[in-house]
Amino acid sequence: MFDTLSDRFDGIFKKLRGKGRLTDSDVDEVLREIRTALLEADVNVAVARTVVERIREQAVGLKLSQALDPSQQVIKIVSNELTNILGGQTLKITYAGRPPTVVLMAGLQGSGKTTNSAKLAKWFKSQGRQPLLVGADLQRPAAVEQLRVLGRQIDVPVFSEAGDPVTVAARGLAEARRLGRDVLIVDTAGRLAIDSDMMAQVRQISEAIEPHYTFLVIDAMTGQDAVGVAEAFHETLAIDGVILSKLDGDARGGAALSVKEVIGRPIAFASTGEKLDAFEQFHPDRMASRILGMGDVLTLIEQAEKAFEKDSATEAAQRLMDGEFTLDDFLDQMQQLKKMGPLSGLLGMMPGMPKELKNAKIDDDDLKPVEAIIRSMTPAERRKPEIINGSRRNRIAVGSGTSVGEINRLVKQFSEMQKMMKRMGPMTMGKKGKKKMPMMPGGLGALKGQMPGAFGDMPFNQR
Amino acid sequence: MPSIFLVLIAVVVIFGVAAVVVGRQRAKAVAAAPVATPIAPAATRSPEPIAAAEVEAEPDTDVEVDGEPESFERPRFRDRMAKSRAALVGVFSGVRGRAGITNETWDDLEEALLRADVGVRVTDELLNGLRARVKAKELTDPDALLDALQADMIGRLSASDRALRLEPGEADSPNVWLFVGVNGVGKTTTIGKVGAQQRQLGRTVLMAAGDTFRAAAAEQLATWAQRSGSELVRGNEGSDPSAVIFDGIESASARKIELVLADTAGRLHNKTNLMEELRKVRRVAGKGRGRVTEVLLVIDATTGQNGLAQARQFAEATEVTGVVLTKLDGSAKGGIVFAIETELGLPVKLVGLGETIGDLVDFDPTEFIEALFSE
Ligand SMILES: Nc1nc2c(ncn2[C@@H]2O[C@H](COP(=O)(O)OP(=O)(O)O)[C@@H](O)[C@H]2O)c(=O)[nH]1
Ligand SMILES: [Mg+2]
Repeated sequence: MFDTLSDRFDGIFKKLRGKGRLTDSDVDEVLREIRTALLEADVNVAVARTVVERIREQAVGLKLSQALDPSQQVIKIVSNELTNILGGQTLKITYAGRPPTVVLMAGLQGSGKTTNSAKLAKWFKSQGRQPLLVGADLQRPAAVEQLRVLGRQIDVPVFSEAGDPVTVAARGLAEARRLGRDVLIVDTAGRLAIDSDMMAQVRQISEAIEPHYTFLVIDAMTGQDAVGVAEAFHETLAIDGVILSKLDGDARGGAALSVKEVIGRPIAFASTGEKLDAFEQFHPDRMASRILGMGDVLTLIEQAEKAFEKDSATEAAQRLMDGEFTLDDFLDQMQQLKKMGPLSGLLGMMPGMPKELKNAKIDDDDLKPVEAIIRSMTPAERRKPEIINGSRRNRIAVGSGTSVGEINRLVKQFSEMQKMMKRMGPMTMGKKGKKKMPMMPGGLGALKGQMPGAFGDMPFNQR
Repeated sequence: MPSIFLVLIAVVVIFGVAAVVVGRQRAKAVAAAPVATPIAPAATRSPEPIAAAEVEAEPDTDVEVDGEPESFERPRFRDRMAKSRAALVGVFSGVRGRAGITNETWDDLEEALLRADVGVRVTDELLNGLRARVKAKELTDPDALLDALQADMIGRLSASDRALRLEPGEADSPNVWLFVGVNGVGKTTTIGKVGAQQRQLGRTVLMAAGDTFRAAAAEQLATWAQRSGSELVRGNEGSDPSAVIFDGIESASARKIELVLADTAGRLHNKTNLMEELRKVRRVAGKGRGRVTEVLLVIDATTGQNGLAQARQFAEATEVTGVVLTKLDGSAKGGIVFAIETELGLPVKLVGLGETIGDLVDFDPTEFIEALFSE
């Protein structure tokens, strides 16, 4: 749906070929596109304006390098700027000299406070701490019950009782002391930033427990309102850090930028799934590329590192570059790939994905027939699919429960893929000895430029 | 060094797999082969502590409710919207304060629309239309311009039918209203409010606790069933949501209850397996004696541009019939539903204005737009 920033720049920069530097009017045009990209990513209008002005200062008079594509040069400036805003000072937890270290969770209704209280507790546990959870959301039906269930799942005790939330929080603190728990996490009811009674109440809770850390939980899908909300909570509570929730969705997450820019507090954690361990440190550089719609290559790398077995992948990659990648390798690596999570999610993370694939609906079940076909082939056939003739085809079709046509298609696609890989291999690997992945902003363009072209030849484009 | 290989192989294999799979899908679509796609097994998302054996729903807890629903007064749309209106005052008084229509006028209007989460594309479209009319001297002063913008926006929200569909039929064939949406938007709360409204209108209501994933979701719905004077059917945590909802419908049918409100677990629209699960819920809900007459997509007013993607995906998976806009009592303006209705043709039907049982009103385009523009 959204164009990536480099798509937007394509038209502009075509006209610039051969020019030595950017003129004022070029810069205006470029900045307009940047602004649109930011707004489409839900960056607040006012924040987008100041960010764009800062970028203008760097872009005016920019000497266009001979070596680099100007669009990549500008994208680099933009993504550095966003990374700087999103990053900067990070949050380091220092534990209270006299335990417990008290943490207060606050935010709008439905932002994910309860789940993230439990995730945070689990995280503290992994740091060798012994947290106590306090359910002080006495407003939403069954919120305390929800926290208790989550507490049981992660084996962390939960304190709550009927009454008013200020008292419950204070008694929770006493309980932590009594039990000798060294971290206290207080979950509170969701509240609107403009509800003065409820904001007064959360301030009272804060005064009663004097938290060492107050976290604001913000939904990654939030739009323009994020700024007002963050300001109001910061004014009332003095926020120490932000937890960005539901980042496993496909929102571009401009709210993160807005919030960081207006309250200047670090985004401490990102919540990336419904499982209680889907909770990680926040990565400013990844968020910057995500806001700019450049895919989330770093997450992809990290997931790949977890899922793929290094040795076999390295060998397969070697064979790939030598043009010896077989259907066996393909099947093998496909199994590893499945461990990286749903395919559709991975596709979203890929930079420069051609539209046909990005918007494709691919279910992991769709892989089954492909696997079945390959499994029904003999080793020789997997190494050299060219030898598959009529009778072999029939046998494979029967064996895999598919049709002869499907086998033809698979073989054809695989051979196209091999050709493409051969072209891509050296390009992706960059110059010999160059370790930096060329897919970082700047190198992105190289991949991007190549892939859609390469996919242009793919048989799925033929109807 | 090895990590470069890893990435290379990952990229290649993802591309390869995607290409092969899409190629197959395309080929299939083109051939229009009458091969039935195998129905994916229900996606369970909690490999966690729930015993796999307990997958079939056992509606073990039927909360029978005596007495009457709590009585409540309906809030006025405009009163609640007043809060969110405030932010726009500055911009529009600025526009009206100028002698003519200047560049600043356009900037102000653009900013106001963008701040309301209407989105860049829709904003451009609205303003370009007005620019042409200003150029043609059809509109000459700021007041006329503002009125025209407002009229234009109201005109675009022209969905013919915003009423909730409750079709008459056999006494043992309940209407089923299914509530869907991403996590935390207010599905369960809205069911409570809708249940209360329908009870006040004298209808019998049963709530089906189809959120079997979130901890204590059924307890939450049970509270709302009690508050609204509705019945409840629930299953075990982790059980198949379509089975729970199906049982709810059959149980309503047996007891001649007119309306089933079916809750579902929140899910992000980009999770294929969960959307597949929802597709199955929708399909199965229509299989028994009930008739699915509404599939309501709940959208939180704080949602930004992602709301459009949500609406697209949910509509595609479940034949959404209308939108509920929640949390409009906050400072967010909910402008994304303007885009959702005008671009996808999904009518906004209800508006949530708070956390108590009466905080639900019918959507009214004129009030919605006027509330954004009045000072
Ligand atoms: N202020 C306000 N809060 C709401 C509204 N609707 C729901 N909520 C709150 O939003 C939170 C999430 O609601 P819930 O019904 O559990 O969402 P679900 O996950 O979609 O079922 C709860 O704290 C509700 O009280 C509304 O219209 N206004
Ligand atoms: Mg719910």
